[in-house]
Amino acid sequence: MVYVLTERDSPSPDPLADRRPLRQVLVGLDPRLRICAAVVFAVTVVAFDTLWALAASLVVSLALLGLSGLALRQTLKRMLMMDSFIIFMLVLLPFTMPGTPIFSLWGLQASWEGVLRAVEIGLTANAVILAVMTLVGSMEPVTLGHALFSLKVPASLVHLLMFTIRYIDVLREEYQRLRIAMKLRGFRPGTNWHTYRSFGYLVGMMLVRAIERSERILAAMKCRGFTGRLVLLEEFRLRRADLAFAVVMGCVLLALILVEVAHGAY
Amino acid sequence: MALIELRDIGFAYPGLDPVLEGADFRLESGERLSIVGPNGAGKSTLLKLIMGLLVPIEGTVVAFDQPRQCEADFVEVRRRVGLVFQDADDQLFCPTVAEDVAFGPLNLGKSKSEALEIVDTVLSRLGLTHLRDRVTHKLSGGEKRLVTLATVLAMEPEVLILDEPTNALDPENYARLVQILQGLDLALILVSHDPEFRQTIAPQGYRLQQRQLQRI
Repeated sequence: MVYVLTERDSPSPDPLADRRPLRQVLVGLDPRLRICAAVVFAVTVVAFDTLWALAASLVVSLALLGLSGLALRQTLKRMLMMDSFIIFMLVLLPFTMPGTPIFSLWGLQASWEGVLRAVEIGLTANAVILAVMTLVGSMEPVTLGHALFSLKVPASLVHLLMFTIRYIDVLREEYQRLRIAMKLRGFRPGTNWHTYRSFGYLVGMMLVRAIERSERILAAMKCRGFTGRLVLLEEFRLRRADLAFAVVMGCVLLALILVEVAHGAY
Repeated sequence: MALIELRDIGFAYPGLDPVLEGADFRLESGERLSIVGPNGAGKSTLLKLIMGLLVPIEGTVVAFDQPRQCEADFVEVRRRVGLVFQDADDQLFCPTVAEDVAFGPLNLGKSKSEALEIVDTVLSRLGLTHLRDRVTHKLSGGEKRLVTLATVLAMEPEVLILDEPTNALDPENYARLVQILQGLDLALILVSHDPEFRQTIAPQGYRLQQRQLQRI
């Protein structure tokens, strides 16, 4: 989240939201709509079973990426990072699922069904994560918080998100200050008790400071009349472009469902 | 009439030696007082007692002619007394400057449009309009300090309390702070180690030393 924050300084709404080049169509849309679209898309795709429908969903996600104005290379890189989490499961799946054998490795049988299932999961995960990254990940974290709030997500969760956005950088700076201070006194991390103990102190000190800071923040908020309810300034409006996007997205989802039904064993 | 009065206040943090004993303090309307004393003498504690963030062990806090005891009493005090904290990062918790300045007015029950109007008025009065849509954690130290002042002034307090306001200010922002404070028509309590700043803003005041609060 930190690097997302450091990319742009001003989260002010763009007055030219309605007249964007095709490459950035998604950026101008109502954040609430983008969140809803991502959720509906994800739920639909997770329910698919046929490779055709899943492949088509991934194509849709890639198309969304093209419309989001995000840097292609960087976004795909982040997607690969997610893939590295599930790669072991995907690689092991052919060997763990019973079915028609294809080949054997060190005496373990790989099954055709397992390969299919691995491909299915891989396609689902990538289609969903890419859609979430393009629809939701492309907005400012602050805007995300406000949009969630206006979608009636519980206020305490939204506040948690907003405070994380605000203070994660302060904590990182504090961590770096402490690390530099350690370095300046000749600390070199190694595999020894001194290192473990010092890192323990570092983490402990950061926790203590975080708690104390949270108390000071609450005090400062109380001094400005805080009684437990945050009022947010931003208001969202659905524009014509949003409705158009909703209709197109609905048609695309319908088409995907038709593909699924046509190829599925129903 | 006294705006804020402390009568015979005693305070100790749980399990520690007392910080204050028999402290009397009085701030008249329009008066500007400074509080001086060594590090750790309890200056910030004194300010927290005034704001009701800490509860005294003995003595009474009187604000605007009424004794204040419970949390509910202090809600009104906090609306009329503005405290600018020592560390600006503690005070600026909203993502953008505009939202942070609007936070107080919104808590006072103002509508969004009224709050935004106050934001614009206060920022232009302090010459900070260019910071309006900036992200708070990316401001410089001096800018943060001036914005915290704006967030407090947005609530139109009758008393302004400043805790070490000149910390980490460069000469330019220092001069601006002095200029802003001199232009304000408010009662003021100042905690500062900077003799020159005290002399300009609030030459009169109290000394806090060894648990005792004395008028100087």
